[in-house]
Amino acid sequence: MALYRDEGVVLRTQKLGEADRIVTLLTRANGRVRAVAKGVRRTSSRFGARLEPFMHVDVQFAAGRSLDIVTQVETLTPFGTMICSDYASYTAGTAILETTERLSAEEREPAVQQYQLLVGALRALSGRIHDSGLVLDAYLLRGLAIAGFAPNFTDCARCSTAGPHRLFSVQAGGMVCGGCRPPGSVAPHSGTVALLGALLAGEWEIADASDARSRREASGITAAFLQWHLERGLRSLPLVERVYRERNVIDDERQERHDVEAV
Amino acid sequence: MYEGVVQSLIDELGRLPGVGPKSAQRIAFHILAADADDVHRLATALNEVKEKVRFCVACGNVAEAEQCQICRDPRRDQSILCVVEEPKDVVAIERTREFRGRYHVLGGAISPIEGIGPDELRVKELMTRLADGSITELIIATDPNLEGEATATYLARLVKPMGLRVTRLASGLPVGGDLEYADEVTLGRAFEGRRQLDV
Ligand SMILES: [Zn+2]
Repeated sequence: MALYRDEGVVLRTQKLGEADRIVTLLTRANGRVRAVAKGVRRTSSRFGARLEPFMHVDVQFAAGRSLDIVTQVETLTPFGTMICSDYASYTAGTAILETTERLSAEEREPAVQQYQLLVGALRALSGRIHDSGLVLDAYLLRGLAIAGFAPNFTDCARCSTAGPHRLFSVQAGGMVCGGCRPPGSVAPHSGTVALLGALLAGEWEIADASDARSRREASGITAAFLQWHLERGLRSLPLVERVYRERNVIDDERQERHDVEAV
Repeated sequence: MYEGVVQSLIDELGRLPGVGPKSAQRIAFHILAADADDVHRLATALNEVKEKVRFCVACGNVAEAEQCQICRDPRRDQSILCVVEEPKDVVAIERTREFRGRYHVLGGAISPIEGIGPDELRVKELMTRLADGSITELIIATDPNLEGEATATYLARLVKPMGLRVTRLASGLPVGGDLEYADEVTLGRAFEGRRQLDV
């Protein structure tokens, strides 16, 4: 049996038989890999928690006929522990894993950029550096861009007339000028357009300073854009918990309004 | 492929969890070779379980009456409630003989990737049970995996305003194992949950 070694992130696990699991990983060099982890569900398993979703691991596989077999695992970063101790981060993180799986359509097709983006997003989520909803939306926009569906938030997505423009069209792939204006175009708030551009470019100072209204609108547009490019909708996206904090009243912390809703 | 009824038995057995086509075939031929009385008892048990067993209206555990045996038992401590994912977890905890309170069966864990959120589980029923204030401690005994942990996080936050004592089953090292084989997450949890040794 040929052995190979790679680093990867566990995207999904499925029960197999009595005590095994099929583990889906996105690896750095081998793209998306599905492999069997034998005996992993027994409490005595030497794999333990190393093959749970979100885990960033160094893995050795044995090439098998249909599925490869996990022979050794070492933890690089236990992202799962941090992520699942905060419910909003857990739901956002799950949507990130599901999207990664969907964007890596072919097994074993190297996807180094998607891999780096994924590890970066999980690092940001587990470090609680930014709002979990913003991390998710930045990941979705940038993941789509790597997959070849980059949205355009400045110039007209249809005729390239220099922006800024007021209208956004999901079908056209971004902002559109008054001349193009496909049916179904919407006019987002200017703060929303700035936020979307910042998320795509990774400009976190702008994104972190955005207000609740822009975040709400930007997450709606990002979700619509994602659904347009994926054949089927994501199961996890409707279950993502978004926390929009109004920052209007800075001098009185007690009046800070917590507005929790599932988007 | 086998003739009609044999093949349909193999097909039906093959739909059971953990039973592959090879095992289904082996079980089918075992049944064929078995004593008629034994097979009849199995068939009766299968039919009866669907006819007689339902789910307890109070806790969601399997029951043969409106309420399960545990909920009907007046000797059980009414002030402690243990939340589990499945009825089989109730059986596992009962075997320890350590717990004298009652249970609440969620029907699974929160798993967004499978489309399962709080609304798909018996979370509202849990909140209703906690509302009258007679329960003072909630033990969260969801599975010690990622989804079980996330479900525990969600429940702990949800019941926090009710001011009751919320505990989580300890995670740690498997008894009978070697420390060096423990993974980092398990070992980390074991450190968090360490307890005083009173000698
Ligand atoms: Zn009951």
